[in-house]
Amino acid sequence: MKSDIELINSEGKRLDGRGPHDLRKIKIEAGGLHRADGSCYLEWGGNKVIAAVYGPREAVPRHTQNPLRAIVQARYNMAAFSVEDRKRPGPDRRSVEISKVISEALEKVILTEQFPRASIDVSIEVLDAEAGTRCAGLTAAAVALVDAGIPMRDIPVACAAGKIGGQVVLDLGKEEDNFGDADLPIAISPRTGEVLLLQMDGHLTFDEFNQAFDLAVKGCHTISEIQKKAIIHKYQSAAAEVQE
Amino acid sequence: MSNEGRQVVIPGQILGETPALRPGRGTFVENKKILAERLGVLNIQDNFVHIIPLKGRYDPVVGDFVIGVVEEASTSNWMVDINAPYPALLHVHEVPWEIEFADTEKYLNTGDTILAKVLSVDESKKLQITLNDRNLFKLKDGHLIEFEPSVYRRIIGKKYSMIEIIQKYTRCRIKVGKNGRIWIDGDAEGIEKVLSAISMIEREAITFGLTDRIEEFLKKDAKDVR
Amino acid sequence: MTIVPIIKRDYITKLAEQGKRIDGRSFDQYRNIEIETKVVNKAEGSARVKIGNTQVLVGIKIDLGEPFADSPNMGVLSTAAELIPLASPDFESGPPREDAIELARVVDRGVRESEVVDVEKLVITPGEKVWIVFIDIHILDYDGNLFDAASLGALAALSTTTIPAKRFSEQLPEEYPKEDFPLPMSEPPISCTAVKINDFVLFDSCFDEEIIADARLTVATDPKGDIRAMQKGLSGSFTRDEIQKVIKGALDNGQEIRKQLYQSIGK
Repeated sequence: MKSDIELINSEGKRLDGRGPHDLRKIKIEAGGLHRADGSCYLEWGGNKVIAAVYGPREAVPRHTQNPLRAIVQARYNMAAFSVEDRKRPGPDRRSVEISKVISEALEKVILTEQFPRASIDVSIEVLDAEAGTRCAGLTAAAVALVDAGIPMRDIPVACAAGKIGGQVVLDLGKEEDNFGDADLPIAISPRTGEVLLLQMDGHLTFDEFNQAFDLAVKGCHTISEIQKKAIIHKYQSAAAEVQE
Repeated sequence: MSNEGRQVVIPGQILGETPALRPGRGTFVENKKILAERLGVLNIQDNFVHIIPLKGRYDPVVGDFVIGVVEEASTSNWMVDINAPYPALLHVHEVPWEIEFADTEKYLNTGDTILAKVLSVDESKKLQITLNDRNLFKLKDGHLIEFEPSVYRRIIGKKYSMIEIIQKYTRCRIKVGKNGRIWIDGDAEGIEKVLSAISMIEREAITFGLTDRIEEFLKKDAKDVR
Repeated sequence: MTIVPIIKRDYITKLAEQGKRIDGRSFDQYRNIEIETKVVNKAEGSARVKIGNTQVLVGIKIDLGEPFADSPNMGVLSTAAELIPLASPDFESGPPREDAIELARVVDRGVRESEVVDVEKLVITPGEKVWIVFIDIHILDYDGNLFDAASLGALAALSTTTIPAKRFSEQLPEEYPKEDFPLPMSEPPISCTAVKINDFVLFDSCFDEEIIADARLTVATDPKGDIRAMQKGLSGSFTRDEIQKVIKGALDNGQEIRKQLYQSIGK
């Protein structure tokens, strides 16, 4: 459904004042929960997401166990109060699909062969939603995995690009997601550039796709630095405190 | 090395190149580069690059001294929780008692705590532990807590320096399991001090001079200070 | 399921015999409480409460709907709780189990029966249209005493909730004012929970104390010192004296916690 809102004006200014290649404000904190083996709290624009990791632990029920490697079970869930019209608690089809694509993305980078018959359980809760929750969720989950000491090849990161008012832009906000022309969330392994998650809906020409893809990858790299800083900050700061 | 403590490394971080350096624990190789596979601190010894992990569940190795909690008694074995991703099996032949058939519950039952050793780990990580050793036995009294398994080495200290200091100033008997569990026996005050010391070690694991600071802290209102 | 080592159970009991607890608190003492409100933008009201390491997030959503047939002149309150897998290695995903349901119902009764929300002021058209207040409790970190954390979270969230009349303008009758207004609330009762371990009554149990507890008693008291709600849980029993002890402790702690609640909502 298109609206008459001008999502991006002739000077390239978007509704929230951003330029076409600007990311919303992102804040990442590693840790924060005590029971979980690893956790992360993340704010991205109006999104507030919390991720927790339990594991590796024995996979149950038994028939889900893989004798050669750990299984990765990510569960993406939106809190009832996280959206404008209250959402009934519990998984819906959308959450199940997002959980699946996130699990698959994470499985690629985790060194699962080290934990046969085990399960690495990732829980992602969206507490406040404003477009791009799956990217926020995966990005937070990645930090929680590092915080839990899970061995990985790289720290995955996600970001979306899209098209609004005929222009390719980075990191869609709420109205842009609802009324824009295309949405392309991706997740990559920043070190190698491998694409771990890719979804697209809307309408893009081949050229526009390439533009959007490159833009999303750039976004990913910027966010990757924020993830790394958050992790180092949590662990290195204990050292700094003491030496004073 | 900087004055701020050891350098924290993260998964995917490039640590060096082969063949000048060789890949050790916690690393993997890609295109001749040695990379960290987990969150930890860098440790280079004899040209081997190791990562000492800062977090992570306990990974059982044969010969490890562990503190287990019995989950279930069956006719010819017990299942024991050793704080690993997998439960461990303790077979009736691996205990110092002569057990009549199905009498397992008389000796060890759900909730009992034991000092055991890891006997075997197969390729699919099925674990077995043993109590067949003079140093291994069922634990009674005292208190049991868990700590971050990756700081085990720091709790023990170089040549047992750290654990000896803790025992000296708190007058507690302490058994430290490699699997992130500690058994402490003493008076309430002593036990509290041990807990504070362990928390401090967990928080400041990557810093230098930790042993001295722990000693300072414990000296403060210790009983028989020399 | 976490098996409790007998050693730990014995240690906690032994300490209790000496009047001590594993974290050094006295039997009546609460852990550090933190209350933060307006933490979720999409919710009409929200609060994050920490009691020690236990952390709970409560969100309030407002919607329009029909009143219950037997109470045409009252708005509707609905409370749900989720013990999400995030909060503990023992919480599984799936439909709410009895713990979550009991928690939601106890918090709900605490709010509903105490009439702290003035539901008569939530009527738009009697018998047809009323405001519905959804209270959703999200447990984030489990270290004991979910009842008090959830109740406090619900009260803090409700106390800072705004009815979004403006957003629903098109669905409201002409005469009904279309401006947002604060949820009408009166002085809340504060719920305090104690557990019994052998013969000892301990307030605000941490996880280790809670899993070995024989019985649990929650008492909600109001500013006048009257009792507004009670719930006993677990399979042990309380003597009459012990119940008196819990009521007295709930009154004392309730007053302190109420002060903190008012501070956090800017009263």
